[in-house]
Amino acid sequence: MFAWLEKRPFFFAVVLFLVIAYAGVIENLPHFTEQARPVEGTKPYTPLELAGRHVYIKDSCNACHSQLIRPFKSETDRYGMYSLSGEYAYDRPFLWGSKRTGPDLMRVGNYRTTDWHENHMWEPISVVPKSIMPAYKHMFTKNADLETAYAEAYTVKKVFSVPYDEEGMPKLGNWEEAKEQMFKEAKVIVDKMKNQEVKDAFAKGEIRQIVAMIAYLNSLK
Amino acid sequence: MQKGEVLNYDYTVAKWFIYTTVFFGIVGMLIGTIIAYQMAFPDLNYLAGEYGTFGRLRPLHTNGSIFGFMLSGIFATWYYVGQRVLKVSMAESPFLMAVGKLHFWIYLITMTAAVVSLFAGYTTSKEYAELEWPIDIAIVILWVLWGVSIFGLIGIRREKTLYISLWYYIATFLGIAMLYLFNNMEVPTYFVAGMGDILHSVSMYAGTNDALIQWWYGHNAVAFVFTVGIIAQIYYFLPKESGQPIFSYKLSLLSFWALMFVYLWAGGHHLLYSTVPDWMQTMASVFSIVLILPSWGSAINILLTMKGEWGQLKSNPLIKFMILASTFYMFSTIEGPIQSIKSVNALAHFTDWIPGHVHDGTLGWVGFMTMAAMFHMAPRIFKKELYSKKLMEMQFWLQTTGIVLYFSSMWVSGITQGMMWRATDQFGNLTYSFIDTVTVLIPYYVIRATGGLFYLIGFFMFTYNMYKTISRGRVLEKEPISASPIAA
Repeated sequence: MFAWLEKRPFFFAVVLFLVIAYAGVIENLPHFTEQARPVEGTKPYTPLELAGRHVYIKDSCNACHSQLIRPFKSETDRYGMYSLSGEYAYDRPFLWGSKRTGPDLMRVGNYRTTDWHENHMWEPISVVPKSIMPAYKHMFTKNADLETAYAEAYTVKKVFSVPYDEEGMPKLGNWEEAKEQMFKEAKVIVDKMKNQEVKDAFAKGEIRQIVAMIAYLNSLK
Repeated sequence: MQKGEVLNYDYTVAKWFIYTTVFFGIVGMLIGTIIAYQMAFPDLNYLAGEYGTFGRLRPLHTNGSIFGFMLSGIFATWYYVGQRVLKVSMAESPFLMAVGKLHFWIYLITMTAAVVSLFAGYTTSKEYAELEWPIDIAIVILWVLWGVSIFGLIGIRREKTLYISLWYYIATFLGIAMLYLFNNMEVPTYFVAGMGDILHSVSMYAGTNDALIQWWYGHNAVAFVFTVGIIAQIYYFLPKESGQPIFSYKLSLLSFWALMFVYLWAGGHHLLYSTVPDWMQTMASVFSIVLILPSWGSAINILLTMKGEWGQLKSNPLIKFMILASTFYMFSTIEGPIQSIKSVNALAHFTDWIPGHVHDGTLGWVGFMTMAAMFHMAPRIFKKELYSKKLMEMQFWLQTTGIVLYFSSMWVSGITQGMMWRATDQFGNLTYSFIDTVTVLIPYYVIRATGGLFYLIGFFMFTYNMYKTISRGRVLEKEPISASPIAA
């Protein structure tokens, strides 16, 4: 049979493709809908948190930080309750990471605060001596991309029926409403920060990346 | 074609891809060395503002090395090996020649766009699939062009039976096509919302499903670029360089089809103890161990090809590169399955042992094979004698030392880290805070980065040797039959 195939490239390619592809079908399809179901209490990210998530992705925080707590005592002691599939239902993309150069951040919102993050992102060794994480000072001077965050929230609502604007879920509304909401959320964070540049910018109607980033990190629980 | 007439193969496109192999090799490995030193000396993060941090550079290192260096190598060898095993010249078909050239230029433009966009921070965050949607589309186009080139050349072949290398090239083409398409399904947000960044997109899959598809892709992109595309090369270049026939046709048959059947299951071993269903994790673990068979099958087939001819290892550095490559292939394909055992993975996952493992394969197996292929092709494409055997020997030992430093330090570092994360005192409390588990690793990071630096220097030696061969090598009257001619 193999000698026959080796003289017939078309059939060779077809058979080869089937041999490669079958595993993906068995592996990926059966649980597809089930795994996408959120656990109770899981909510989509607010647009400001999404903007922060985009900053997180842009600087590849996931290259060094995981967001997946495995069901071992040593992990639940360190990071909290182990991860459940439904908690990730609104994560597009997932950000589990594959390397822990730094600690897991799945529930960092439970044990770190706005001012801790502000100090840490400005100068990591000021709160964690000997840390090898770089400082992210540019997040204090660059603006968060609110429009793209809104565009993503709007897209997932339209295309994937993510329950924005439903009862008990984050508000989205139109761009103007979403913007107002983002500034309201940002104000809570800016008020707790000390960086004058960030405060001045906010007074002028600009939200710095760091503000959105902290909103996102605080939402991880 | 008349009997006895010699075919004039056209290596234009192969030549171009050799240049990009060398170029992206330098880019990928240079960035790799920088980010390795960043882990030991964090101040190196600030060399280029926000564009020089570890997070920005890491995707550049992986994409540059995988899709720049390795893939260029696969394309370069395809445009060389394809013609020769099919007994047909690209010059015979203006259409295939045009496709090949277009393939190259679109590849170059795509890679340039990839480098620029990753520096700017455009990333989907999915490992080895970071590129945003317009670049994904360009990649689909260049991949289709490669497919046209493969099947077009096969269509006009004179040699009816497909040689082993071709099976692997076809598999690389089909495997990556399927995986890339499914993993990069994304919705560009601008076209739905009418605002925001036009380059931004959102994944079609969420959470656990996204993870599953990603690692089905991620692991098997490794399979079909790092493994399949490289085996294609060794099955051609080792017999050619040594003048020895492949040890066993049956073993190559078994290894090939078993590899194809088993490999796709293994992706789930990246998700052990995660939230994907348990049966899938177990399957991934079991199949990863089964994977030893086809992997070692190929490697043993390659090693036994040298049976009775081991003396060549002494006389021909190219053979040395290839044999060490297949030895590292055996090494990393036993290490991978060990790490896929659930209890081992509980310790190894998220630690430095994982990048350590990857680099056994990439530096030892892929890097050595790719460079050996370039050395073998150079005298035949450029009709020049290779420039320096001495330099080649030095490069070999320097890089081998580099790899040993790399994987040994990462073993120690990874296992140390894993053990410290789980260590508890007599009352059951965690012994170490996280930062304790970081600072203890610094010496190993220095050793690792230095290993990487050795490899990089070796790569510069390779580049210099290639450059001198092309520009200064003694002109060869006729094509060498087996061992490539090398000046002392």
